[in-house]
Amino acid sequence: MTRVLRDWLPVLVVFAAGMLLWQFALAPWLGQFLLPTPAQIVKSLHTHWSVLWHAGWFTLEEALGGFAIGCGLGIVAALALARWRRLSGALMPYFIAANAVPIIAFAPIMNNWFGLLNPHSKMAIAAVLCFFPVLVNTTRGLTSVRPEAIELMRSYAASEVEIFRRVRIPTALPFIFTGLKVATVLSMIGAIVGEYFGGSIQALGVQIENSVTLFDLPLAWAAIVVASSMGIAFYALIGVVERFTMSWARNGVQQ
Amino acid sequence: MTVVELKGVSKQFRGGTLALQGIDLTVEPREFVSLIGPSGCGKSTLLRVIGDLIPPSEGTATVNGKTAERARRDRDYGIVFQQAVLYDWRTVAKNIELPLELLNWDRRRRKERVAEMLDLVELGGFEGHHPWQLSGGMQQRVAIARALSFEPALLLMDEPFGALDEMTRERLNSELLRIWAETGSTVVFVTHSIPEAVYLSTRVVVMSARPGRIAEVIDIDLPQPRESEIREDARFFELVTRVREALIRGGVEA
Amino acid sequence: MPGRATAERIGTFLAVLGVLWGAWEGWRWLGSHYHLTWPFTVNDTTMPHLHRIIQALFQPAQANGPSLLHILLNASAFTAKEAALGFALGAVGGFAIAVVLLQSRFLERGIIPYVVASQTIPLLAIAPMVIVGLESKFGGTLSAWECVSVLAAYLTFFPVTINALRGLQSADPRAVELMRSYAANRWRILWKLQAPASLPYLFSAFRIAAPLAIVGAIISEPSASIQDGLGGAIVNFNQYYSIEPQELWATNVISALLGIVFFLAVVFAERAIVRRAPENTA
Repeated sequence: MTRVLRDWLPVLVVFAAGMLLWQFALAPWLGQFLLPTPAQIVKSLHTHWSVLWHAGWFTLEEALGGFAIGCGLGIVAALALARWRRLSGALMPYFIAANAVPIIAFAPIMNNWFGLLNPHSKMAIAAVLCFFPVLVNTTRGLTSVRPEAIELMRSYAASEVEIFRRVRIPTALPFIFTGLKVATVLSMIGAIVGEYFGGSIQALGVQIENSVTLFDLPLAWAAIVVASSMGIAFYALIGVVERFTMSWARNGVQQ
Repeated sequence: MTVVELKGVSKQFRGGTLALQGIDLTVEPREFVSLIGPSGCGKSTLLRVIGDLIPPSEGTATVNGKTAERARRDRDYGIVFQQAVLYDWRTVAKNIELPLELLNWDRRRRKERVAEMLDLVELGGFEGHHPWQLSGGMQQRVAIARALSFEPALLLMDEPFGALDEMTRERLNSELLRIWAETGSTVVFVTHSIPEAVYLSTRVVVMSARPGRIAEVIDIDLPQPRESEIREDARFFELVTRVREALIRGGVEA
Repeated sequence: MPGRATAERIGTFLAVLGVLWGAWEGWRWLGSHYHLTWPFTVNDTTMPHLHRIIQALFQPAQANGPSLLHILLNASAFTAKEAALGFALGAVGGFAIAVVLLQSRFLERGIIPYVVASQTIPLLAIAPMVIVGLESKFGGTLSAWECVSVLAAYLTFFPVTINALRGLQSADPRAVELMRSYAANRWRILWKLQAPASLPYLFSAFRIAAPLAIVGAIISEPSASIQDGLGGAIVNFNQYYSIEPQELWATNVISALLGIVFFLAVVFAERAIVRRAPENTA
């Protein structure tokens, strides 16, 4: 019990302190039209709950689709690059370059390809954002195997495929999960930012943009809170899956 | 038929380092041969040449009458490294099972053999544990059990007890001798420790500093089976001194 | 032989470039020939010829104006200025936060989750509000592009904070004990021991943060109504996308190149600094 308390207490204390600071110092200083108080945001959240909840799910679905595609491709690419090392050196600069293209540059192109109102365009944006971190982390995991672990398998005359299956992939799992966790947050951001360039009114990004334009800042922040919370929940979900899958991990469940 | 035969083996690494030069060595069945020498003398490299994990630049390595490569593919040997190299995501039992899985043994046979091996290294009851739950000495015992699980005639060991404390090391030395006697295998053992080499071996091969050559081969005529009291025997000290002097002549600092 | 290795690398680079070019044009040919609609319709707008994109760089963007390349290079310089300042702000700020968190486990546990959570808020969403806020409070002293730098710092501080903290904590505890035995106070320990130990981690973070600073600057420029940078160019060419798609594509290429330039700047800086103090290498 004390362990749970110890883990959560600092976060809660900081949360409480932050909220108080915000409500009584920061918001009054900046004024209502720049930064609403937490109380106003909560009120707006309550009033518009139904709309925001549905918008959140709509956007989350886009994020999930993009996450699945981007992470899937990232892992496959990493497997290929680890298998054929020469490809790795040759293609890496291009991956780094593609990653350096800012989202607002390729979002319009995705919208053009898949259609402004089509959720697929937002999924594509989310997928592109997820691809690179998953690729980098998975590659690092696949190549982080100790030489002796490979030598051992060679002493058993194991084939390359068996080495991959039995050693490289399990070793890579922690790294893969790191990449996936980064991707959860990016997929949500990708979906929302994609919606900024045009999308269905049901989408969270459109809600945020509209409320900013209409100067309804409490609503904008309420929508941001929903977006952020869903991103965090997604991150936590992958964390749970990680704990479950790697129950053999040191920090995990003890026998 | 000799188990291991090395003729004129040399190894030069890319970049110019000459690790081994002109090694001639034969190992007969049921021998326990130690390789000892100063750091960098190539003893680990030599072990890996025998195991076909590193190809020699010159010379031939024959294991069980076949090329080293054929012997590796036929899984004629088991190897133990200084780090136990156990896979964290497998239990102790599954770690020992690994080579048997690769040999496509069926489940029942695997389970039986794992139980046998755990008895052999006296770790019965630890099947379901994970490597990090075990001490260093226990992890090495699992590594030995794994190396022996498919009953290879040859056991290659690269300073397996090097990372352990003196007491554990002495105990594991006795364990290893018991296992060696019970399984009737041949052992090639790389070590840094002169007393360990003398205690365990039937023959000690002393290597010179880089480039590694064989400086001297010393027969250890202590009685078998070796009890731990033998470490206090006068003959033991004589042999230790002989090995030490051979090492100094070969280029180790006193 | 270093000469040969470099030649090989350039060779593979060009070879891959050729393959990618071929793949693009190949798919384009297939798509227009067979009227493919999945995953998207292929035509001049969705997939302009690559050579047309390059061509567009050397043609004027508007009638009788300077070439597209000229415009984009000026825009890049402008954005680079914003990104450089944003990078510096984020790096210093991130490091400072890490130093604060280093002092107390309680603070670390309490604040890190919020640092992580901060990145779940899309920059694009808060950019307008931050710009308006900064301009109303500091309107006289801060110019628009400096506001953009502040927003770019929002993206760069995160990897720096996380990595700096790990790096500062990575100093050998025995070395810290040694310093304490010399009665060194915490700032000296920080300066002499922990900060140097954090260098490899910092440079790792800088590699991520440098292109991010460019991305952050580009994303924030429209919110600050800035026309002179790459962000402005993107918004501009987005409007003409159906007529002249290659201009937006060309802008993307230049943006990517700018990101890479920043990345390489960090790599070279790392080589220079680490070489000067070899004992600092991990």
